[in-house]
Amino acid sequence: MDDILIIDSTLRDGSHAIRHQFDAKTIRAYAAGAQLAKIPVVMVGHGNGLGASSLQLGLSKLPDLQMLKIARGQLQKSKLGAFLIPGFGTIKNDLAGAVEAGIDVLMVASHCTEANICRQHIQYGIDKNLQVYGVLMMSHMLGAKELLAQAKLIQNYGASGVILMDSAGALLPADVIRKVRVLVGELKIDVGFHAHNNLGMAIANSVAAVRAGAKIIDACSRGLGAGAGNCQLEVIVAVLVRMGYKLNLDLFQLMDNSEKIIAKIMINPQEISAVSLTSGMAGVFSGFAPHARVAAKRFSVDVRDILIELGRRKIVAGQEDIIVDVAANLAQKKKIRGQDNSIEALI
Amino acid sequence: MMKLKVAILGTGNIGTDLLVKIQRSKLLTCSIFSGQREDSPGIKMAKSMGVNTSIESLRAVQNDPNSCDILFDATSADAHRIHAPMLKKLGKFTIDMTPSSVGKMCIPIINMEDCLKAKNINMISCGGQDTIPIVKAILDVHPETQYIEIVSHIASRSAGMGTRDNIDEYTQTTCDGIRLFTHVPKAKAIIILNPAEPPIIMHNTIFAQIQNPNLKLLKSQIISIVNKIRNYVPGYRLTLGPIYENGHLTVMNEVEGSGDYLPKYAGNLDIINCAAVEVAEEYAKCRLEK
Repeated sequence: MDDILIIDSTLRDGSHAIRHQFDAKTIRAYAAGAQLAKIPVVMVGHGNGLGASSLQLGLSKLPDLQMLKIARGQLQKSKLGAFLIPGFGTIKNDLAGAVEAGIDVLMVASHCTEANICRQHIQYGIDKNLQVYGVLMMSHMLGAKELLAQAKLIQNYGASGVILMDSAGALLPADVIRKVRVLVGELKIDVGFHAHNNLGMAIANSVAAVRAGAKIIDACSRGLGAGAGNCQLEVIVAVLVRMGYKLNLDLFQLMDNSEKIIAKIMINPQEISAVSLTSGMAGVFSGFAPHARVAAKRFSVDVRDILIELGRRKIVAGQEDIIVDVAANLAQKKKIRGQDNSIEALI
Repeated sequence: MMKLKVAILGTGNIGTDLLVKIQRSKLLTCSIFSGQREDSPGIKMAKSMGVNTSIESLRAVQNDPNSCDILFDATSADAHRIHAPMLKKLGKFTIDMTPSSVGKMCIPIINMEDCLKAKNINMISCGGQDTIPIVKAILDVHPETQYIEIVSHIASRSAGMGTRDNIDEYTQTTCDGIRLFTHVPKAKAIIILNPAEPPIIMHNTIFAQIQNPNLKLLKSQIISIVNKIRNYVPGYRLTLGPIYENGHLTVMNEVEGSGDYLPKYAGNLDIINCAAVEVAEEYAKCRLEK
């Protein structure tokens, strides 16, 4: 069976779970461990990518460039990757420096309907001889056909692949198969999948993606990530091996990285809390949960009501400031006519 | 009354909305509306309004240099970099609507007079026009502020191809504009295109890291600057703050557009276009008085 490219986003997306506080020691240890496990691509940086360390999304402990340089020092065989959402990082302030720090891989991400904001950064990456992937976030919000149209833009810009991100952890395996199959059938470039575990489907969805022809799986050690977490790297690797894929990875080393490095820095176990489950049901970005919790406390409203309302308003990643607004409105409504949210609101 | 002639290059969202606003002006008249495609919705609309159109972009003005006194460039940052030297040769007062960073950065309520002396002025970005006056008010009260961050949310439908193609320049120029006008040591600009339906109204958040803010003075200064902006952008309003928590100040505002070309959610068109028309009218006043 053909190989699947495993991309390790622990040091990028995992940062949401520890409020973007990766320190030099952890980055050094984890990058070294990932290389020992023969991980081909190690992504590093703020959870929302280059230039995203902000009051809006949370400040990183270390600047992007420092994180990349520390990881670069450990990675000789494994490639180093950075992530960027246009509108956050810029070429001059962020991406040029990352290239200088020695990244090999670049992921350029946008909300799934906005792929045409990725052209400049994809083309810049290609000019700098990087391996570039386009990422469509919140991919549960579009049907297969519409996703294909967006993915074709990414293909036209010259990217090597397109990765569907289930940012809200809202998809079920049948949805994944439908979407990935259409993309694989119509695109010349590779298709990948990045799962979130809100509905407990991260492994199942990643397997479904591979079955439908996806060639790239993006995962995190111990599932480290926002809310319910991501697809657990060592588990999906074990499952793919059981399925017969010849992954040239050291599974025990991946387990050791998870137990000896990641387990020690986790603030909370990566479990599916009521809040994560609600955000999966409502189809809102997993990264909203901590912000919603703070706002719920401040305005004395149920955090689940906030998440449902965010889903209704189709708020997208990066709009964390709206959460306060929603919470304030809910508090006001509650004052006027009491609670009125029913389960129908979720469907 | 005599009116000064203006040319508009670029027939996308910005150019077409500008046209509608200029049609209302007592001091300006659009003598040529020039794009590249006969079938662009902007060209069709201009024709229906009886405006002289062309699909030869800048060449239309080069062929007939006396056709205008003021030129609005609403094409793209890349195109403006090519246009700028040609416009310099033509000697036209140029108002660049793209985030090209070529000309002098202009926020009318801060540096109008200086801009009228320049030949090419740059309107930065909608996020810049919206937030820089507030940021300046904050820095005037607290010059020791170390970090400013602004977040602009605009409806996807209001962001045309120009904005999308230039999103990097847009973000960079907004950030550079904040630093230029306020000298804050560190600034960050974030732009988010929101695909929500119905489209969201443009809104902006300004964060400032300050140690001991004088909230009372900040509030009065911010309200005074908001009132000044409302003179030329009536739909501009403060929606939150200033509030202070966790070591930073937060101010939020939104801009309801006048619904000239796109519906009222597209306050981002109004904030930059109203500012540009304000400068053009001031320029026209000076010229017509002479």
